[in-house]
Amino acid sequence: MSEPGVEPPIIAINGLTKTYQVGDVPVRALRGVDLVVRKSEFVAIIGASGSGKSTLFHVLGGLTPATSGTVRINGRDLAAMTDSERTDLRKNTVGFVFQKYNLLPTLTAEDNIRIVQYIAGRDPVFDPGFLEILRLLGIEDRMKHKPRALSGGQQQRVAIARGIVNSPAILLADEPTGNLDSENSAAVLTLMKDLNRRLGQTILMITHDSDAASYADRIVKMRDGCIV
Amino acid sequence: MLNKLILANLGHRPIRTLLSVLAIAVEVTMILTLVGVSHGTLDQSAQRARGVGADIWFRPPGSSAIGLSTAPMSDKIPALLMKEPHVTFAMGTMVQPLSGFDTITGLDLEDFRKLNGGFRFLQGGPLVNDNDMIVDEYYAKQKHLHVGDTVNMMNHDWKIVGIFESGKLARVCVKLKVLQELTGNPGHLSQIFIKVDDPKNAQAVVEQLRAKYPGYQIYTMEEFTSMLSISNVGMLKSFIGVVIGVAVVVGFIVVFMAMYTAVLERTREIGILKAVGSSSALILNILFRETLLLALLGSVVGIALTYGTQWLMQHVVSGSLVQETVYDWWPISTGIAIAGALLGAVVPGIKAVRQDVTEALSYE
Repeated sequence: MSEPGVEPPIIAINGLTKTYQVGDVPVRALRGVDLVVRKSEFVAIIGASGSGKSTLFHVLGGLTPATSGTVRINGRDLAAMTDSERTDLRKNTVGFVFQKYNLLPTLTAEDNIRIVQYIAGRDPVFDPGFLEILRLLGIEDRMKHKPRALSGGQQQRVAIARGIVNSPAILLADEPTGNLDSENSAAVLTLMKDLNRRLGQTILMITHDSDAASYADRIVKMRDGCIV
Repeated sequence: MLNKLILANLGHRPIRTLLSVLAIAVEVTMILTLVGVSHGTLDQSAQRARGVGADIWFRPPGSSAIGLSTAPMSDKIPALLMKEPHVTFAMGTMVQPLSGFDTITGLDLEDFRKLNGGFRFLQGGPLVNDNDMIVDEYYAKQKHLHVGDTVNMMNHDWKIVGIFESGKLARVCVKLKVLQELTGNPGHLSQIFIKVDDPKNAQAVVEQLRAKYPGYQIYTMEEFTSMLSISNVGMLKSFIGVVIGVAVVVGFIVVFMAMYTAVLERTREIGILKAVGSSSALILNILFRETLLLALLGSVVGIALTYGTQWLMQHVVSGSLVQETVYDWWPISTGIAIAGALLGAVVPGIKAVRQDVTEALSYE
């Protein structure tokens, strides 16, 4: 419950656990995560591989259900949402930037971005502001190419552009600079910071890179499925 | 945008797309060819029946519309029929089936001439000797026969003495008496053609004969030719039903395999689409649109291929089979192909919708 005059957190995680079944072996990926993220916060989540960072992202995005605990996005409990409501959440509220880019191989970079606009029910055209973002990402001249014709770094930048094209309230970015050189990393992080400041976008970013994490307002460390 | 994705998906695996389209095309061609041959053969039969020039067709009890395999009627019947009011002439023939759709007809050429002026010979002339045989132009072309050639049919050597213009009664004719002897049916006939004084009296004569010869199949020529339709030939109707059933199963299996492998192959892509907000309905929409496009392309190619089978019929078996273009069946066969294909896409579609997004995204 929020106090009068105090804006409720955009993300509120309480006692979150997630256990996967790998064959007959249960794997406890999240072991009681508590986290509150306020609107317009830029949070970096750092931690070793297997610490549960990506699982946390998947639960936050409604891609996989929690085993126990609660996750509230904009005050709404994810567990109480229907499939259709979770789909709407991904369509309108949460944007993803995946570590493995996850671009559709049959479409050009431009169409990979446009299809997300189409799915969200928006006009699939790029406004001048977004064209400027493409320029800042250094991919405006690579838009007609399919992913196989792009370098890893270029694919990652297309994935970032796709993640922000619909201006989601929350951007979940999993290692967004993992495949970029230092110059492009800086450009991407500056852009994310700018989006965060200018548009008030809430950003959760997983990273191994302490330099990248330094762009965030707050750094959260994860270890063995818990926030430490 | 969605159509762009669908076209891109189909273009991404051109061989699979091509094979799927071809398989659906074969399904459509199979249906259209069978229906076309059925229509063509029946229409040809009707045309030859009309070409006889008779007003009434008198057939033995229990005979089918498209074939006569027995000769159970006495050859005394034509003489009796000629005594009936309004009947001016009656002529009997015997029909013996050969291999496939071919038959050999025994007739008296002089009687046949009285009925309709006789055959118009393109080469050679009429039957003179007992071993003589005359054939129509299409049969001669298909079997590469010329006047003077000898052919062996029913373990008997026949000499081709004439090739006549097609469209009257039969394709292969010999002397009635010879065929009766050869088949062990002396004095027996398969069918009788009756001429009346005025075609207007034909129906009255038919009714009069039906009363006198119960069980016999007696029709005016118009009545008989109008009966030569697929729906009136039970065996043909069933056969077409079976082929359509097989075609639907083929279409179902082909599309099922194609879409199932497509869904497996695109596990990750489906996961991506879901992760960026695609609903289950949208995923199904994509798969079904892809299937629909494959079915439509397959149908168009299938329809085009029927012109190929038509050409083959015309040039290889013109004497036995005639394939017509049955336009009414284009939408029907397309509908059947679409139904089979959509049916084949249901299970892969359900699989795609039920896929776990996180597992799909980690699928390599």
